[in-house]
Amino acid sequence: MKALKKYLDKIKPNFEEGGKLHWLYSTYDAFETFLFVPNTTSKTGVHIHDARDSKRTMIIVILALVPALLVGMYNVGLQHYMAVGQDVTLLTRFVYGLIAMLPLIVVSYVVGLGIEFAMAQVKKEEVAEGYLVSGMLIPMIVPIDTPLWMVAIAVAFSVIFAKEVFGGTGYNIFNVALIARAFLFFSYPTKMSGDQVWVRTADTFGMGGGTVIDGYSGATPLGQIATTDAGGFGEFAFRGITGQSLSISDMFFGFIPGSVGEVSTFAILLGALILIVTGVGSWKTMLSVFLGGLVAALLVNSFAQNAMMEMPVYYHFLLGGFAFGAVFMATDPVTSARTEKGKWIFGFFIGLLAVAIRVFNPGYPEGMMLAILFMNAFAPLIDFYVIDANIKRRAKRAAAANAI
Amino acid sequence: MANRIKIKKGLQIPLLGVSDETLRGEITSEFVRICPEDFHGITPKLAVKVGDTVKAGTALFYDKNHADMLFASPVSGVITEIERGAKRRILNIVIKADSSSIYEDFGKKKVASLSADEVKKSILDAGIWFVIRQRPYDVVANPSKQPRDIFITAFDSAPLAPSYDFLLKGQEEELQTGLDALAKLTAGKVYLSIGKQTTNKGLREAQHVVINEFDGPHPAGNVGVQINKLKPVNRGETVWTLNALDVVIIGRLFNKGIVDLTRTIALTGSEVKQTGYYRMVIGTELKSLFSNNVTEGISLRYISGNPLTGRKIDAHGVLRAYNSQVTVIPEGDDVHEAFGWASLSPKRYSAGGTYARLKKAYRLDARTLGGPRAIIVSNEYDKVFPMDIYPEQLIKAIMAFNIDKMEALGIYEVAPEDFALCEFVDTSKLELQHIVRTGLDLLRKEME
Repeated sequence: MKALKKYLDKIKPNFEEGGKLHWLYSTYDAFETFLFVPNTTSKTGVHIHDARDSKRTMIIVILALVPALLVGMYNVGLQHYMAVGQDVTLLTRFVYGLIAMLPLIVVSYVVGLGIEFAMAQVKKEEVAEGYLVSGMLIPMIVPIDTPLWMVAIAVAFSVIFAKEVFGGTGYNIFNVALIARAFLFFSYPTKMSGDQVWVRTADTFGMGGGTVIDGYSGATPLGQIATTDAGGFGEFAFRGITGQSLSISDMFFGFIPGSVGEVSTFAILLGALILIVTGVGSWKTMLSVFLGGLVAALLVNSFAQNAMMEMPVYYHFLLGGFAFGAVFMATDPVTSARTEKGKWIFGFFIGLLAVAIRVFNPGYPEGMMLAILFMNAFAPLIDFYVIDANIKRRAKRAAAANAI
Repeated sequence: MANRIKIKKGLQIPLLGVSDETLRGEITSEFVRICPEDFHGITPKLAVKVGDTVKAGTALFYDKNHADMLFASPVSGVITEIERGAKRRILNIVIKADSSSIYEDFGKKKVASLSADEVKKSILDAGIWFVIRQRPYDVVANPSKQPRDIFITAFDSAPLAPSYDFLLKGQEEELQTGLDALAKLTAGKVYLSIGKQTTNKGLREAQHVVINEFDGPHPAGNVGVQINKLKPVNRGETVWTLNALDVVIIGRLFNKGIVDLTRTIALTGSEVKQTGYYRMVIGTELKSLFSNNVTEGISLRYISGNPLTGRKIDAHGVLRAYNSQVTVIPEGDDVHEAFGWASLSPKRYSAGGTYARLKKAYRLDARTLGGPRAIIVSNEYDKVFPMDIYPEQLIKAIMAFNIDKMEALGIYEVAPEDFALCEFVDTSKLELQHIVRTGLDLLRKEME
């Protein structure tokens, strides 16, 4: 490490003002601070600082994403080998999922961080770490079969138009990962929903080739119930891709078709635990999303007309992106409500809207993405009213004091 | 029994280097330096020139806007130098101190028989008015304004802070005289806020004041928090604030007829070999305190005050006017820690849960441990900010210098020190106290 530090110090002048590589200063700085804690000391104000910085915060979120990522990767392999009717080892399934997923992650990071580094250089700022999380989220919420060029375009669009034009990390109004997802959803709907995109049936880099077995259907459980002809939930049964019936535990542990991040509610809850224990994610937001979903589902159940409306609330939580959105998307501090009271309202309406969109929207069985983006737009308004109560209280107090 | 107020939000940073409660002696230095910039909000005009002989209590300078507000010399001696900085700003007034001080005689006075104006005039004339500060703006109090109330904090909850019980031992009489004098200065009340741990009888049983007991972590001892809990400052109102140690200085003036700016200070911090309490006047050079008594071989940060709000001084620095604490911590600019973001080191301290929190005292250095960012994490400031104010929103209003919004969000109630803990925990490493200080100064210029 000492040799590395020496080397960094040696090449540093090239990147400083006047050096021939000055146009890469932000990049140099990002790598230097990634490797070594900067030794700058406080100039004004407090003389000591908390050890937590932006890098630590983002790393914790990525750590919290790891369980869902690993189970999701395994599930990609699991679904694939089920579709082609091959019985393989656990490790083979995982490796298949890994090599299927890696290109998505690499493309997401290369494109997104590339733009971030360039923007930081233009603005003469340090590279903000926000995209480290967004860049991991995006591959986890798109179908595994999404073409790489689409991911690249979506990432570029989202980073530039959802974040940088607003001023960069910390100033964006909408969740960057969800904007990328929404961009893909509206631009390339056939690649983002339906029966064909959630399970990779082709081989990946030559691994896992085979023909799809008879009776295969790649519909997600939510897709199935949204399009079913069954008159009520009682006559309906969730099916796996080979027609096998799906148990609650399959849904909880994540052995169902779906995007990599969302399938395993169990892994997502592990992530939630990490976020809550470290204080990085707000438990209030998470809990209130589930509460909102609960209230909406119970309401809808009470005047149910079809199978989707009759579906018990726990299926809403287990299926689709509900849990993933609640834990990793709604809690994004920049786009969420920033006041504590506001978080309760913000989360509650996300849950409520997500279930409402699922149930009442005939074309698309998932509601979480739109619910969160919609509430992102309302978060400042929610905060406005929460803070306004404080302002009014102060004004009233001043008026009372001046009256005497 | 005093009314007890419980403070829940806040943070007690467990630092190494709490001072032993032992008085180790008196420190004097050949030269004494007074820094006018300590007295925020005044424009100093010199009342002496190089070569003048002064007594302890003689005015060194006065405020340009209030010519009656004098600033006393803490020692007797000869003015040897006026150090100036850019734009001829006065940095230091250097006095070569006599070996034993001769005091200006202001005459003993019975506070009870004095009128409010006489009390005010006595304090102004003696050059110790600076111990009274005001909200809004957190500056030396404007003597021509009537304060609604006067608030006094009688404990310091900051990390490594000295115990007021220890500092005030034996000074109960002067304390009470000071309180009586202050009571004359307001038509409202004098609020004295003691801590749960306060045992000093002079504080617990003080007369003619409203005593409240605060229980909770730092910043429970900050007068701003106490005001916010007791009777918040409204737009258009002025309150005066002091700490109990400075009340004693006022008491001494009336009881003894002299200006005695002697403080007992705590020498604290992880890099001090032998901590303890010392007596000295303000402006005393501290090098004799540091020599052979601090860690060698690493770069150090010397602070007059506590690690949250104190001023950075150098090894030859002096005790600044408002401080009763001197702290030495590692500077940290010679440390190169690899992969800090992944660190599991037990040496790293965080108020949140992203690092393991051990039951031990920490040795923290002056590194910011991260680069400046936009405000990202929410509910971070709120957790250590026990006032009925939204700190993050107020900071944003100050940054934008939106006067209406600042007023609406409570700018008149705060001082930079109230944001010290927010600044400590801030993931985005913003200089919050500096932001608040700048905002208050601009606002004051705009409003007055």
